[in-house]
Amino acid sequence: MIKAILIFNNHGKPRLSKFYQPYDTQQQIIRETFHLVSKRDENVCNFLEGGLLIGGSDNKLIYRHYATLYFVFCVDSSESELGILDLIQVFVETLDKCFENVCELDLIFHVDKVHNILAEMVMGGMVLETNMNEIVTQIDAQNKLEKSETFIFQSPRQDR
Amino acid sequence: MALKMVKGSIDRMFDKNLQDLVRGIRNHKEDEAKYISQCIDEIKQELKQDNIAVKANAVCKLTYLQMLGYDISWAAFNIIEVMSASKFTFKRIGYLAASQCFHEGTDVIMLTTNQIRKDLSSPSQYDTGVALTGLSCFVTPDLARDLANDIMTLMSHTKPYIRKKAVLIMYKVFLKYPESLRPAFPRLKEKLEDPDPGVQSAAVNVICELARRNPKNYLSLAPLFFKLMTSSTNNWVLIKIIKLFGALTPLEPRLGKKLIEPLTNLIHSTSAMSLLYECVNTVIAVLISLSSGMPNHSASIQLCVQKLRILIEDSDQNLKYLGLLAMSKILRTHPKSVQAHKDLVLQCLDDKDESIRLRALDLLYGMVSKKNLVEIVKKLMSHVDKAEGTTYRDELLTKIIDICSQCNYQHITNFQWYISVLVELTRLEGTRHGHLIAAQMLDVAIRVKAIRKFAVSQMSALLDSAHLVASSTQRNGICEVLYAAAWICGEFSEHLQEPHQTLEAMLRPKVTTLPGHIQAVYVQNVVKLYASILQQKEQAAEPEAAQEVTQLMVDRLPQFVQSADLEVQERASCILQLVKHIQKLQAKDVPVAEEVSALFAGELNPVAPKAQKKVPVPEGLDLDAWINEPPSDSESEDEKPKAIFHDEEQRQAKQRQPEADEEELARRREARKQEQANNPFYIKSSPSPQKRYQDVPGVEHIPVVQIDLSVPLKVPGMPMSDQYVKLEEERRHRQRLERDKKRKKKKDKDKKGKPRRHGSLHTESDDDLAPAQQVDIVTEEMPENALPSDEDDKDPNDPYRALDIDLDKPLADSEKLPVQKHRNAETSKSPEKEDVPVVEKKVKKPKKKDKKHREKEREKKEKGKEARVEKEGEDLDFWLSTTPLPAAAPAPEEPGVNAVITAPKEEDEEPQREEQGDEEDDEDNERDPEKKSSKHKKKKHKKEKEERSKDKKKSKKKKPPGDEAAEPVENGALDEEPLPVRAHVQLLPPGREFLH
Repeated sequence: MIKAILIFNNHGKPRLSKFYQPYDTQQQIIRETFHLVSKRDENVCNFLEGGLLIGGSDNKLIYRHYATLYFVFCVDSSESELGILDLIQVFVETLDKCFENVCELDLIFHVDKVHNILAEMVMGGMVLETNMNEIVTQIDAQNKLEKSETFIFQSPRQDR
Repeated sequence: MALKMVKGSIDRMFDKNLQDLVRGIRNHKEDEAKYISQCIDEIKQELKQDNIAVKANAVCKLTYLQMLGYDISWAAFNIIEVMSASKFTFKRIGYLAASQCFHEGTDVIMLTTNQIRKDLSSPSQYDTGVALTGLSCFVTPDLARDLANDIMTLMSHTKPYIRKKAVLIMYKVFLKYPESLRPAFPRLKEKLEDPDPGVQSAAVNVICELARRNPKNYLSLAPLFFKLMTSSTNNWVLIKIIKLFGALTPLEPRLGKKLIEPLTNLIHSTSAMSLLYECVNTVIAVLISLSSGMPNHSASIQLCVQKLRILIEDSDQNLKYLGLLAMSKILRTHPKSVQAHKDLVLQCLDDKDESIRLRALDLLYGMVSKKNLVEIVKKLMSHVDKAEGTTYRDELLTKIIDICSQCNYQHITNFQWYISVLVELTRLEGTRHGHLIAAQMLDVAIRVKAIRKFAVSQMSALLDSAHLVASSTQRNGICEVLYAAAWICGEFSEHLQEPHQTLEAMLRPKVTTLPGHIQAVYVQNVVKLYASILQQKEQAAEPEAAQEVTQLMVDRLPQFVQSADLEVQERASCILQLVKHIQKLQAKDVPVAEEVSALFAGELNPVAPKAQKKVPVPEGLDLDAWINEPPSDSESEDEKPKAIFHDEEQRQAKQRQPEADEEELARRREARKQEQANNPFYIKSSPSPQKRYQDVPGVEHIPVVQIDLSVPLKVPGMPMSDQYVKLEEERRHRQRLERDKKRKKKKDKDKKGKPRRHGSLHTESDDDLAPAQQVDIVTEEMPENALPSDEDDKDPNDPYRALDIDLDKPLADSEKLPVQKHRNAETSKSPEKEDVPVVEKKVKKPKKKDKKHREKEREKKEKGKEARVEKEGEDLDFWLSTTPLPAAAPAPEEPGVNAVITAPKEEDEEPQREEQGDEEDDEDNERDPEKKSSKHKKKKHKKEKEERSKDKKKSKKKKPPGDEAAEPVENGALDEEPLPVRAHVQLLPPGREFLH
C-alpha cells in the first residue's frame, strides 16, 4: 500500500499532498519528510527509513528529485521499491505529456489537474494503472468531457 | 430568470479562481496568513451563492488551502453539494475536495450515500470513476456496508476502466466491512483471469494485500497464481505475485519446492532489475521455509548471493541498498554464504549514504567472529564519534550492543574490553538508549563472575564522575547507566578498592536531581556499601572509623527522605531509622557489622526474562477456580477494596515504627531466612546442581591485565577501549607463536593431526583463538519444566484481523450483501449466522426466527460444505504434489505427470488418481523424509475421501478436458458456478517498456 504521496519543492513548499490514510499531522509529516529528504546528497539511494510521524518500521520513503521538485511516496513493505521508483518516473512522464514540458509552475497553478492525473494512477493507496498511454487516454477523454460542459461561466484562463 | 443567470455568471468572472488565489498568495509573501484569511472570507461568501459553478470554484480553492494546512472541514456540506452537481467538471472538484478532507469522523458523510450510489450507476463511466476514486479515500464502515453490493456489481461492468476501479476499491470495502469479503470473493477471484490486463492487475493487487495479512486463507489460490506467474508478461503483476508467494511459502514448504525452478528461470532470464530482485527475495523466503540443511538447494543460495553481490557492487546506490537488504534475509538462515562477502559489507560501512550504512550494519551482526569483533567495534565506535544525526548514532549504539551480546556473548574474548566499550558509550550525548547500556552492564556484571572486580572499579569511577553523565543529559536516557553503576557497586561492594569514596559519591547532594527510580537504587545500594564498610572497619578494629561512616549516613540520608518520589522517600526513611539504631548500638560498642551485612546475604542469580511466564501450571491446579466462594451479589463492590486498603495501611504503619530494637531485627531476619527457605521461587544462594559452573579453581589466578584507570576515565572523551586492541594483538601474537611451536611439535609426532583445540562452530581461525580470561557466562535461570515457547500476543486492534476469514467455505444465504435500501436489507439478514462457526461469530447481528427454514438450510449447507472443504484441501495437496507444468520449466520425470495426463478422465478414475498421488507421495517420502507429515495428512484425507467419494461423484460437474490439461486443478468454488472458459488468456505486453 501507498500511504501518502507528497510533492514539494526544494524549499519544502508543498505542491501536492495526497494521504491515503487519515493523519492528523499532515503538515508535520510534510515538514518532517522534507527535512529528511532534503538533507540527502544527490547521489545517494532513493530509499529512506525513519519517517517517524507517518508511523511504523514497515514504512519506507521512496523519492525522486527532479530539478526543483521532490516526489516522495511513502509505502509499506508490500510495494516493490524499484517498482515504485518506476511509478514515480511514469507519473512525471505523464505530467510531462499532459502539461507539455512540465515545470514547477504548472504544478503550482494546476494542482487540481495533477490530482486528477494521479487519481488515474493510484487509487486509495493502490496502484491502478502503470501504462502511461492508458493514463493519458483517460485524462484526455475527461478533459474533452469537461470542455463540452464548459460555456460562459468558465473563464478562459482555466484552460490550458 | 435566464438573463439573471447569465448576468450572475458574468459577475462570477470577476471572482478569483484557483490560479488567482495562488498568484495572490505568491504576491503576499509578507502577510500570507492575513491574505488567506481574507480569501477564506470571500470563499465563505461564494459558498452562500446559489450558482453551483461559484460553489465549485470556491471548493476548488479550499482544496488548495487544505494542502497548505488550513482547516476546511467547516465546508463539508458545501463539498457534498458540489459532489452532487450534475456536471462532471464540478462533480470532480467536489469528490477531490471530499477525498482530501473527509474522514470517518466527518458527520455529514452519511449524507453522501445516496449520491454516491447514484453516481456509481451513472451512465457516464467518468462519473462512476470519479465517485469510486473519491470513495476509496473516505469510505467508512457505514458507506462500505451500504454500497458493497453496488460496487460488487460494478466489478462485472462492461468497461474495463470501471471494472479495475471497482476491483481495487473492494479492498477498502473489505477493511471497513469485513463481512463483505466472503460474498465478494468468488467474483474477485474471477477477475484474476479478466481479459483486461489492468483489471487483472487490480485483482492481483487486492488479493496480494489481503493475503499479506492472512496468508493461510489464500493458500488454495496458489495454483491459480502459479499459472498467472508462468503466463503473465506484466512485470508489475509478476512482482506482486512473486511477493505474494514469498508470504505463502512459509506456510507450505511444498509450494516453495515447486516455485524454485520457475523463479530460478526468471532470475536468469529477466532484464528488469525490479523483477530480478523480487525473485531473489522470494527464493530466499522459500529457502528459509525449507529446512536449511538441504544440499540440493545450495545452488540456489549461491545464485542468490551471487546476484546480490552484483547488486551491491553496482554503482547505483538503490541497487546497493536493496542488495544489502536482501542479503540480511539470507544471513538469518545461511550465515556462511554471506560471510564470504565480508569485504563487501565492511566496505559499505564507509559509504557516504546513511541508508546504506544502516543496512550494512544489519549485516555486520553475522560477520563478527572472535577474531574481528574488537576491530569491527572499534570501527563502529569511530563512526559513533563522527555521526551527526542522533538516529544513526542510536542505531550504531544498539548495533554495537547487539553484535557484542549476541549468542550469549560468544564472540567476546575479553570482557574488560567490553566493559570499557560500554563505559565509553556512556559519553554519548543525547542518546535514547541509556537503559540498553545499563542492562548490558548489569547483565555482564551478574553473569560473568570473573569480571566483577573490574566492573566494580569502572562503575565506581563512573559514579564518581556522575556529574559528567547527569549534567549534560537531564533530558535524555544516558543517566540510566547510573542505575546500573549504583547497583553493581552496591551488590558487589566487596570488590571495591575504596568503598568509602564511592559511598560519598553516592551521597552527594547532586544525586537528588536524578530521576526517582535511580535515586531509589542509590539509596538501597548505599546501605549495601555501608554494610561492607562496617564489616571492613570492624575487622580492622577501627570503631571510630565505623562510627564516622554511620555519622555520614545519618547526615546525608535526610536529603532523600525529603524526596518527592515516594519510593525514594520510603526507602530513605526506613534506612535512616535503621542507621540511627545502629548508631546507638555502636555507641554501646556492640559489634553490628555481621548483623547488617546479613541483610544482604545470599547471591542473586540471573533469571531469564520470561521465566515467570514459563512456569508450567501444575497438574490439578485450576487458576480460574475460586479459592473461596465468590462473595454474594448483595455484598457491595466497594467494601472489599476498602478493607484491603485499611489493612495495608495498618501494616505499613507497623513497618515504619522507628524503634525496632535488636530483637525485632533478629526476629525479622530469622523470619526472612525462614521464608526464603520455604519459598520455592526464591533463588537460593547455592546454585542447583545442573548449573554449578566449574567454579574453576583459578578465578583468582586469572591474569587480570592491570591498566591505569584513573587517566582515561578522568579525561572525558579520550577513547580507552583502544588500548585493548593493541593488547589483543600482542596477546594473539604470543598465542600464535605458542601455537606454531605446538603445531611443529605435533607435526613431528603426527602429520595428519589437525591442531584444533575446541570444536566451536566458527571458522577455523576462530577456533584457535583462546579467550583472554577464562570466563564462565552464567546462563539465565529458567524454572524447571519451562514451557518451550509462548505465543506472541497479537495486537487486538489490528484492523486486518477482522479479515482473517475462511474463504473456502461455501457462502451462506445470510452472508449475501445487503441490496439497495440498506436499512431494510439489514433486517432481511437471515438467521444462520449462529450456526456457521468461527467466522460469523464475529458478526453480531440480531437473531431471526423462521426455524423450519433454518433447519433445512443448515442441513443442506452442512453437507455441501464438508464435501467442498474436503475437496479444496485435496486439490491443493494434489497440485502441490505434482510437478510444475509451465512450458518454460521442463517438467522433470516424476510419476506426478501421469496423474495429470489421466486427469481429464477424472470422473471414472478419481479414486485411482488419488491413489496415484499417494504413491507418488510415498516415493517422494523415500527420498525426502521431510514430507512425512504431509503424508500423514494425506492418508487421513484419503480415508475420509473414500467414505464420501460416492456423494462427490454425483455432485461433481464435468470439467472441460482442455481446461483441465492446462491447469492441474480447478478450485472448488469455481466448480459450482462454471465460468465461461477462456482459452488461455493472452496478455498483451504493456504499451511502454515498463520497469527496467
